Amino acid sequence: MRGIGKRFPGVVALNGVSLEVGKGEVVALCGENGAGKSTLMKILGGVYQPDAGELLLDGAPVKIANVTDAMKFGVAFIHQELNVLDNLDVAANVFLGREPRLGPFGLIDRKKIHADTAPFIKRLGLDISTRTRLDKLSLAQQQLVEIAKALSLNSRLIIMDEPTSSLTLQETERLLELVLGLKKQGVSVVYISHRLGEVNHIADRVVVLRDGKNAGELNRAEISHDRIVGLMVGREIKSFYVESRVAKVPRYLQVRNARSSRYPAKTVSFDAGKGEILGFAGLVGAGRSEIAKAIVGLDERGGAEVTLGTERLEIHSARDAIGHGIYLVPEDRRGEGLVTGMSVRENITLPSLDRFASLFLISRERERKTADEQIASLRIKTPGAEALVLNLSGGNQQKVVLGKWLSISPKVMILDEPTRGIDVGAKAEIYRLMRELADDGGVILMISSDMEEVLHVSDRVAVMHEGRITGILERPDCTEENIMNLAVGKTIAAAKPAVN
Amino acid sequence: MKKEIGISVLLLVLCVVTAIMNPKFISPVNLVNTANLIGLYGVFSLGLGLVIITGGIDLSVGSLCALTGVLLAMALTEWHWPWPLAALVVIAVSMVLGLAHGWLVARMNMQPFIVTLCGLLLYRGIARFIANDGTKGFSGAEGIEPLRHFASGKVLGVPAPFAILVVLSVVMWFVLHRSIYGRYLLAVGRNEQAARFSGINTRFIIASAYVVAGLFTGISGIMIAFYTNSVSPSNHGNFYELYGIAAAVLGGCSLRGGEGSIIGIVIGTALLLVLQNLVNLLGIPSSLNFAVMGAVVIFGVLADQLFQGRGRKR
Repeated sequence: MRGIGKRFPGVVALNGVSLEVGKGEVVALCGENGAGKSTLMKILGGVYQPDAGELLLDGAPVKIANVTDAMKFGVAFIHQELNVLDNLDVAANVFLGREPRLGPFGLIDRKKIHADTAPFIKRLGLDISTRTRLDKLSLAQQQLVEIAKALSLNSRLIIMDEPTSSLTLQETERLLELVLGLKKQGVSVVYISHRLGEVNHIADRVVVLRDGKNAGELNRAEISHDRIVGLMVGREIKSFYVESRVAKVPRYLQVRNARSSRYPAKTVSFDAGKGEILGFAGLVGAGRSEIAKAIVGLDERGGAEVTLGTERLEIHSARDAIGHGIYLVPEDRRGEGLVTGMSVRENITLPSLDRFASLFLISRERERKTADEQIASLRIKTPGAEALVLNLSGGNQQKVVLGKWLSISPKVMILDEPTRGIDVGAKAEIYRLMRELADDGGVILMISSDMEEVLHVSDRVAVMHEGRITGILERPDCTEENIMNLAVGKTIAAAKPAVN
Repeated sequence: MKKEIGISVLLLVLCVVTAIMNPKFISPVNLVNTANLIGLYGVFSLGLGLVIITGGIDLSVGSLCALTGVLLAMALTEWHWPWPLAALVVIAVSMVLGLAHGWLVARMNMQPFIVTLCGLLLYRGIARFIANDGTKGFSGAEGIEPLRHFASGKVLGVPAPFAILVVLSVVMWFVLHRSIYGRYLLAVGRNEQAARFSGINTRFIIASAYVVAGLFTGISGIMIAFYTNSVSPSNHGNFYELYGIAAAVLGGCSLRGGEGSIIGIVIGTALLLVLQNLVNLLGIPSSLNFAVMGAVVIFGVLADQLFQGRGRKR
């Protein structure tokens, strides 16, 4: 791709961007949200047409007018949100839209699609029948089905947009190995990720975009976390991660016998100190989010005995938890954290409307004042308090979620995957906010599947496996190896029991 | 706000065109009559609109009108209840049935369409059964004049139902657009999960919308019974729910929930009834009544969609 330009009404998304990918090369494409990564890839995938520049394939200019063209040229796009039909089986998904016909009535040649799908599934190391319905598969497996589809199209270039954002650590590792395997088979990969550890692991080259332009390139030997971040933000970020602290008041928050409806037979108990960030690591499905929901009263068949300071709290609903200053920033920002069709103001005030009302009638001026305060103090990039949340970027949406809780002084804040899909700059700000909140005497519980985040942001780490805490690691013992061992259910010497 | 302006303009244009083509449209008799009908239909449309805003639907309105009508007539003429008791019981029955809908939807996670469709069938059947399929009237009932006046009299020269609609609309405007409860309704309609995570008792909010719909259907049920003055249980109130849904949709409510306004619902109702009036006055065969209504709803919503779509692209 050479000198690609694309403008949208009001914004220049890409301005003279070039990208080269060699055969069998893995190129990581990095950049903050809005840097133009997705636009560039959508042009390559035939979704958008460039306003300027040209695309060259094997040295000859080509025109990719639509997605079908892209397929023909061997370009496959694996989106962050999976495009699978989970009511159909594996083979039907792989052959969706190009089913081989049998006979004159447009019947699907079922035998052929299953027979043709099987080798691809095997090549990816998936041990499932091609007749399995997709909703029976894990997210990672569904993603592999998408990759199988890409391979079955004889793709020469696979674009992966944040492929690991919803995968467990193990699944992530397998995917990274797979990418390296594809490379050996001569398939090129463009890998978009905010997780610089992964980029470091697999990329032959890193291309960084900033504000719709090429910001720089790093060869295999030059790749380092700091250099990528430096290129992405165009300046040095000093102290990207936050300093660790020792809890001011240990055991300020005591959670006993927390039980979720997912693992009804198992309970979780732990303590967290005032001023502490307690990380929760584990594989997806270990029950971390479920425990969080149980603590804040969102699990009707679960629950927990929660003591804050010396006070034993009665929590039977989210309302109760909020009344005690215990807030949850859920994993699914758009589905659970925000009412995206409402304005920033309405979202920020939603849990605390009582404060803005007299005689049941809401004072919009008071609401606006609080919203403006949060917009200013969290530096939320928005045209104003009345802008709809759905028009904001992921990082700014997350700040709105934080703002809605910060405006009512949290005592305990549970953050579930707080920086998923958020660009580096906003990530650093969110870490800083978490630290500040802890320093102001809050208790922070941070659930994260991003290993770097767990390692660098938490003061202590609780590791969960299949519904229980397998151990708690003090800061010096927090290593990737220790966490992984606990996450798969092993016991290790360095780990402390959850409650002593 | 844009939506309301659009449909207000449409309403105004319709009125002007009708008035020019047939001056009878602006005769006092016709105006009073149309206003009366707007009041009758508007009240239950308000409640139905609220349910639609939570992302639900209420198909049982018409049957519930038949049931309340039959109950009211029988209570007054056959059981000789005093009118305040009869009216209260009828409204209470209506609210309890609304509560049942709300419970099934919010607590038992049933789909609103199914719950209220069964309501539609059930209440029609019950109404016909208790009336023994006979038409019930109010002749012979004594001392019901205050109620009759309340339901079909005039207030300051304006038909009572219209006056009641105005009052309820003002109240509901504050409730939906200015109160905490209203904000919760809109939030629950948009994203029930997020509302729940913000500490809102979403089940209560959803169920309450059905209860309010029951209340309003009960009130308009009484007025409609006195308006028709006789209640034939097999066809009294037929299709009323569809009028209400059409009015709410014309007025900018989205069947996906989370969107809608009181002014829109009221203007939507007015638009539908002016249309009916127009069909009569312009000599269009009354058999085409529903066809005209359907065409206008399609046109209105489509125009809105195109208008909005263009706004977004720009």
